[in-house]
Amino acid sequence: MKIVKPASAGTLESSDIEIRIEPADESGIEVHLTSSVMQQFGKKIEAVIRGTLEELGVESAYVDAVDKGALDCTVRARTAAAAHRAAEDSNYEWRVKA
Amino acid sequence: MKLRRSMMFVPGNNPGMIRDAAIYGADCLMFDLEDSVAITEKDAARYLVYNALTTIDYSPAEIVVRINDLESGLGIQDLEAIVRARPDVIRLPKTATAKDVTDCEREIERIEKEAGIPVGSTGMMAAIESAEGVLNAPQIALASKRLIGIALGAEDYVTDLKTTRADGTELAFARGMIVNAARMAGIDALDTVYSDVNNEEGFLHEVNIIKKMGFSGKSVINPRQIEPLHRTFRPSQKDIDKALAIMEAIKEANAKGSGVASLKGKMIDKPVVARARYLLELAGIEVDA
Repeated sequence: MKIVKPASAGTLESSDIEIRIEPADESGIEVHLTSSVMQQFGKKIEAVIRGTLEELGVESAYVDAVDKGALDCTVRARTAAAAHRAAEDSNYEWRVKA
Repeated sequence: MKLRRSMMFVPGNNPGMIRDAAIYGADCLMFDLEDSVAITEKDAARYLVYNALTTIDYSPAEIVVRINDLESGLGIQDLEAIVRARPDVIRLPKTATAKDVTDCEREIERIEKEAGIPVGSTGMMAAIESAEGVLNAPQIALASKRLIGIALGAEDYVTDLKTTRADGTELAFARGMIVNAARMAGIDALDTVYSDVNNEEGFLHEVNIIKKMGFSGKSVINPRQIEPLHRTFRPSQKDIDKALAIMEAIKEANAKGSGVASLKGKMIDKPVVARARYLLELAGIEVDA
């Protein structure tokens, strides 16, 4: 999945996370995260963002994330929504719940 | 019997409400992808509800997802995601004809087959929100074996009738049609929301009406409405004692090989036993088969 334009998903409401994704000049994924629970969960949240983008096949992107205490499933959902918007790609691959 | 006294609306693009939905004790949780979600956020809500349902354990609540109608083009996209997240029930909005139900069922079945999900394992319910839908309620209720219930959506319905929500007079015919159609088909009837969350007296008045009419329960938009709703549906101790006595009398009669029993000089026949059994189930008391 190729990021072709800036796009965002999510809000700054409590329990949500706002993810903004932009095309990057170089390959690789750069994540800039601020969080109300940075000390405890910052690394975990960043790992979820990176993991979600890797699953989607995003190889190059700049990500700005502002977390307000989102669950992992919310981080995944907002990252995926922002990536699809930024890639102008509406082909989703929904997996069956295990 | 699955109790469906309360069906709580959970806006599909609100992570906080999605996270906390399980804690209020609603019988059913209805994650909404339709009217509570802005048109520009439909994709984000679909992702959020899909990820929540595949991650969070909401048991013992029944999981319902209200999709967008199929004509909008959004409904198919909703089904592609949500059927794979394995909710108990898909709620179809704005159901006007039996064909609306069968069209949706066909798509659910296709996705179940493509995804390797047992065909028929996704339930459905139909929300009736127009004069046409109300008049077609019997055909809608019988349209699919997947249907677990039909529901009244009053806001669109009163708009269609060119009236407004008032004292319930405006909904009397629709409620009568829907509860009779549902019971004819052997499925549940769910009443519409009561939007004035600060008016508990008005809410209770409406709950008492729909309980007397035979509805299984009601949609709620605020967790504060769940406890008074369940309280109203809970049978009194006097009724529970009477129902237990009826079940005991019929048990004794059956043991003697008789299909008919009597209690305090009154004959107990099949409908009396069925009512007693339903009342005990509402009270959460297990009854022998």
